[in-house]
Amino acid sequence: MVPGGRALMGDIVGWFLDPAHLNGTGSIQQRLLEHIVLCAAALLTATVIALPIGLYIGHTRRFAGVAINAANIGRALPSYALVVMILPVSLALSPEYGLDPIPTFVAMTALAIPAILIGAYAGLRSIDADLVEAGRGMGFRERQILTGVELPLASPIIVGGFRTATLQVIATATIGAIVSGGGLGRFIVDGIHNQDYTTVIGGVILVSGLAIGADFVLAGVQRWVTPRGVKLAAARRDEPSDVAPPVPSPSTP
Amino acid sequence: MDLSIDWGWLADHVGAMYERFLQHLQLVVIAVLAGFVIALVLGIWAYRRRRAYAWIILVAGLLYTIPSLAAFALLRPVTGLTLLTALIPLTTYTLLILVRANVAGFDSVPADVLEAAEGMGYTRRQRLLRVELPLALPLIMAGIRLATVTTIGLATVASILGESFGGFGFFITEGLNRFFLTEILAGAVLSIALAFAADFLLVRLERRITPWSRAGAR
Repeated sequence: MVPGGRALMGDIVGWFLDPAHLNGTGSIQQRLLEHIVLCAAALLTATVIALPIGLYIGHTRRFAGVAINAANIGRALPSYALVVMILPVSLALSPEYGLDPIPTFVAMTALAIPAILIGAYAGLRSIDADLVEAGRGMGFRERQILTGVELPLASPIIVGGFRTATLQVIATATIGAIVSGGGLGRFIVDGIHNQDYTTVIGGVILVSGLAIGADFVLAGVQRWVTPRGVKLAAARRDEPSDVAPPVPSPSTP
Repeated sequence: MDLSIDWGWLADHVGAMYERFLQHLQLVVIAVLAGFVIALVLGIWAYRRRRAYAWIILVAGLLYTIPSLAAFALLRPVTGLTLLTALIPLTTYTLLILVRANVAGFDSVPADVLEAAEGMGYTRRQRLLRVELPLALPLIMAGIRLATVTTIGLATVASILGESFGGFGFFITEGLNRFFLTEILAGAVLSIALAFAADFLLVRLERRITPWSRAGAR
């Protein structure tokens, strides 16, 4: 079924260089931009919703059950099922816009919320209660404790939750192309449909590259936000520098 | 799209749903079991050699990063329309979750327990089988739960490969192609229900096999 390996490589390089894929509607740039804009919009919306809630629950330790249940429900929701289930709702609300990226966007946002919420909650929970007490003893107000003590110490885990959400969102935007809209998934879905594997592989390379690139950048951010004292303490304990959240991440690739 | 539910279609397709249920189950059980065996070997290796752990997590993380639709599409010209095309990505996706969980499980065994086992003259192998593995079970089971639920969701995406794939996902994809709401909802609701049911059953199983830990899942 596979054509000669070398010929395939040539086809793929040719696909990337084909002027038809570089300009105009359906060009690589356009699809990449659509993918990034859709992901960024969903992540931003999810962050605006989930981060304050996660920080509130983590700081006050109130409604912790809500956070844990949100994570459990979030990870049990298959993204493909969610994307297609939202389609009829958006069609019912607005027959004209039903096929726009809106169903995919809503599903992506809904799937990103649990990871970000749990990241914020688990981040604050991971902090030694004595440190918070010390802050209180020094006369910090609650707000100052949050911004001066809790946020810096929790930031690696908070970014970890955001990292999980980002992978989730990039993958869901790809799946979204099965239903409607643009993004890099278009190449994969249309390629499968037309039995055009050069286009499929081109799409696979682009979307995997985007996901790996985004994850790499966020891993850098994660190291950058880790306070120096935490890094030193981790090195002293001779632990692996893997700063993954202690709660299993609710991700679906 | 007609937004009403076609109850007649649902009644006519109970048999087809059962077949897709078995297919979904087959994909998930094989992928999670294969992933678990690989992750157990890798986990024991990583537990004994920390440097290997960093490398295993790097590779598993890279595989985990590839979006599912891309992975299925990529394998289709290589392995063709066989079960392997669906199973290989589903299995590799479980590795990151399961290796992390297994290593965390082994790490959770207290050092004095290990010393006690040594003092009783256990060999390394006996210690692994009779002490470390049972005590690591709660965290290992938490990993299996997460991997199972994730795999149930991902298996639906395999339906893009063709009619013979994807379990309940088949209804979602066929329903989309026919623009038929009832079938889409049937596939989506059934796969979500399967995920919740599997999670529930695994929690019960975990309580049963670790009667000594009252805490249950973390």
